Amino acid sequence: MHLVIVGNGITGVSCALAVRRLRPEARITLVSAESPHHYSRTALMYVYMGHLRPQDIKPYEDWFWEENRLTLVHATATALSTREHRLSLDNGTTLAYDQLLLATGSESRRPDWPGQHLAGVQGLYGLPDLEAMARDTHGISRGVVVGGGLIGVELAEMLHSRGIEPLVLVRDAHYWASVLPPEEANLVDRQFEENHVPVRYRTELREILGDAQGRVRAVRTTAGKEIACQWVGLAVGVTPNLALARTDPAVETDRGILVDEHLRTSVPNVWAAGDCAQHRRPGAGQVPIEQLWYTGRMQGETVAHTLCGQPTAYRRGVWFNSAKFFNLEYQTYGEAPAGPVPGVESFYWEHPSGRAALRVYFRAGAPHAVLGFNALGLRLRQAVCEQWILAQAPVTTVLAHLGAANFDPEFFPQHEPAVLAAFRRQFPQLPVALKQRKGLWGLRLPFTT
Amino acid sequence: MTTAPPLPATPPAEKLTLAVVAAGLLALLLALADADAGRQSLWFYLALALVSGGTLAWSWLKFGGAPAGVQHHNLWLRASTGRGAVAWVTGLVLTGFYVVLYWYSGDDGHGHFGPLDHLVHALDGFSQWLRARPADQWFLYGTFYTLAVLLMGGRALWKYRHSRYQLIRTASVMFFQLGFAFLIPGVLLFFQQPEFYFSYFWPLKYDYLFPGTVTSLLQNGGLGIFMVFWGAVMSLLATPVLTYFFGKRWYCSWVCGCGGLAETAGDPYRQLSDKSRAAWRWEVRLIYPILGIIVAITALLWVHFATGGTLLGQAGTVAAKWYGFAIGSVFSGVIGVGFYPIMGSRVWCRFGCPMAAYLGLLQKHFSRFRISTNGGQCISCGNCSNVCEMGIDVKQYAQRGEPIIRAACVGCGLCSTACPRGVLNLENGPRQGRYQGAQLIHADSLRILS
Repeated sequence: MHLVIVGNGITGVSCALAVRRLRPEARITLVSAESPHHYSRTALMYVYMGHLRPQDIKPYEDWFWEENRLTLVHATATALSTREHRLSLDNGTTLAYDQLLLATGSESRRPDWPGQHLAGVQGLYGLPDLEAMARDTHGISRGVVVGGGLIGVELAEMLHSRGIEPLVLVRDAHYWASVLPPEEANLVDRQFEENHVPVRYRTELREILGDAQGRVRAVRTTAGKEIACQWVGLAVGVTPNLALARTDPAVETDRGILVDEHLRTSVPNVWAAGDCAQHRRPGAGQVPIEQLWYTGRMQGETVAHTLCGQPTAYRRGVWFNSAKFFNLEYQTYGEAPAGPVPGVESFYWEHPSGRAALRVYFRAGAPHAVLGFNALGLRLRQAVCEQWILAQAPVTTVLAHLGAANFDPEFFPQHEPAVLAAFRRQFPQLPVALKQRKGLWGLRLPFTT
Repeated sequence: MTTAPPLPATPPAEKLTLAVVAAGLLALLLALADADAGRQSLWFYLALALVSGGTLAWSWLKFGGAPAGVQHHNLWLRASTGRGAVAWVTGLVLTGFYVVLYWYSGDDGHGHFGPLDHLVHALDGFSQWLRARPADQWFLYGTFYTLAVLLMGGRALWKYRHSRYQLIRTASVMFFQLGFAFLIPGVLLFFQQPEFYFSYFWPLKYDYLFPGTVTSLLQNGGLGIFMVFWGAVMSLLATPVLTYFFGKRWYCSWVCGCGGLAETAGDPYRQLSDKSRAAWRWEVRLIYPILGIIVAITALLWVHFATGGTLLGQAGTVAAKWYGFAIGSVFSGVIGVGFYPIMGSRVWCRFGCPMAAYLGLLQKHFSRFRISTNGGQCISCGNCSNVCEMGIDVKQYAQRGEPIIRAACVGCGLCSTACPRGVLNLENGPRQGRYQGAQLIHADSLRILS
């Protein structure tokens, strides 16, 4: 079998590694225009900030690929012919395949803002973006960041690390309103404040203004205000990269490349996974297009099994995600809606310092099965949270054994007693007593019953 | 990347404190050069005051001003911490200092200590007060060493103040260096007792279990007998027991003086350690043979001693001498510390230290310690590998969802501190299932196949 994978991001590479494990004899070729070797997209910000060098964000050393007989082709795949099982590359060659995985990822979304093509306007998705940002933020005094999501805060932190004043425009009334409840968003806002990063809420971009050289000189907001700046970061999400898929009409696309639960496209022997795939029938409570590191990895591994003759449906399992907002870490597990949902209660505890918080979601009706968690400034053990959610453990059991989920380093303050005290105040009808502090030994106890 | 991002300007206040440190180093040169004994002392203490005050003030401005958290901005972009010109000059100066200290600063029999003579004599007063004897080159070295651990320890306390693990651990290495490796040996000398370091053990302090040291300590009576007892118990009993419960870290990053210097003065250089597989192979090739050699030399000396010097002649003594030169001086000092700004802060601990090899074997095979990976949360960003001073490519384990159990790991905890997603945690727990990875990461896990 010759498996050709277009894209060497986490999805393509996860698939390649899993296929190599399952089918040692398979011929595997990875095609990527962006970089000769796989790198971690999520670490781009650390290279800009000087925490890491470009070579430090490669998850595998360069010898790894040859040793595992993974052929790397550094070229753009320009055209696909599914009828001829062939891929054309921009270096003039073609690649024949038996199986093809499209893992082409995303591209930054660029709504039709006037002036968005000026020099100094960009998103942050790949290595070319990082290079452009390094070049275009040289010697500037202010950059405007558009978007109140994860990349928005990253861009602000990157500019801040260089002594460049960031100004963040957020459409909603609070930060990341589609995901975070107001209390959590407020803690993120405190991080912006502490780092002296101004944020304009309920403010959208209307247009970007240029100078005579075609460079950004200011933005105008929907409030009509003009803000002088020399650089604009657009962080309003990403959209599937369909450039290659659209070269062959047989491959059905919508917003993404349409796939079934086995990540099969409309064409036999052609598969799509990761950011670029759109699930025709997403699982209950799941979105059709998932654009996360973890889901990319899971989809890549799943499709590898099907490719190797072990048909495996993609099942994401219990949702999880994490991020870091300046110095505030964030982890979430399970169902964690931003606003009120009928039949779902939530309990919220916040440390007086405003640097730690925990929210536990559970069913309003007895036995109050736990649904999800938001943790800020404290670390939760994923395996324990997932086990509780799958077992539908009552919220009182979860809180009594909260220490089992404590993943904070040694000597860190243990908040379990304070969390329980707050729970008793908020839900006096649900009595609970602390039974377990943190530690690995506790994991052997039957804490989920 | 072809374009290097712009470096922000150093604030004027920081520049001023760095100028104070520079003035202190200049004063040290004047102390070296000035022929007048009275002025030597003046220059010397002025130098210490300026370097100390400047370093602490700079640390406070640099790290104390910003909100508590990971502060690694521009680490690889600055010449001092990214193998630039400043780093090479620092490395040359440090290496040169060690060469002069080890081979050109011995007492010539008339109380002259080579090129460092003025600095040594500037400490005579303090040495008389602490040790009831004049200073020598090793007392000068001990003073500088302890000062480096304390001052840069102060820097580490500010830098890592968001992590209680780092605060307590840093305070611990500062305490053991000042108390156990500086004051107590001095006070012992004051009371005419053997100069003994209660925080160094065989096989790192290899001669502590040599027959020569043991017999001379035993001749000393009460305290000497305790010292022999202490050395033997710590090396042969306490080390395995403590490592079983806490891993290698109880020593390497909490107590040891070499570790203490690496964790404080070496902290700006921790990212420089080589993470490649090739470096790991060199580590294994070097560190275990060195442990083997010192065990063999110790055995040789005891056989020689037990047979009344009739068997094997001087082989053990000669070997011990060469070991002292090659490993004790060149490797641990000149290369170990001199190369900090180029190869990172743990070159000696990683490639050379026989104690680290011994602790590492125990940690790998007989310990409850591991660094747990939090399920599937790793994003392969590489911050953990970057800060690993021992050159462990931590992310290789984290991105597979596996716990990190490596002989080299000294448990400094920086991987856990630097991880932006809360993935890593140093834990002691049941040995059963210690190597088991998370069920959340591979497609062959239950999640996908069930």
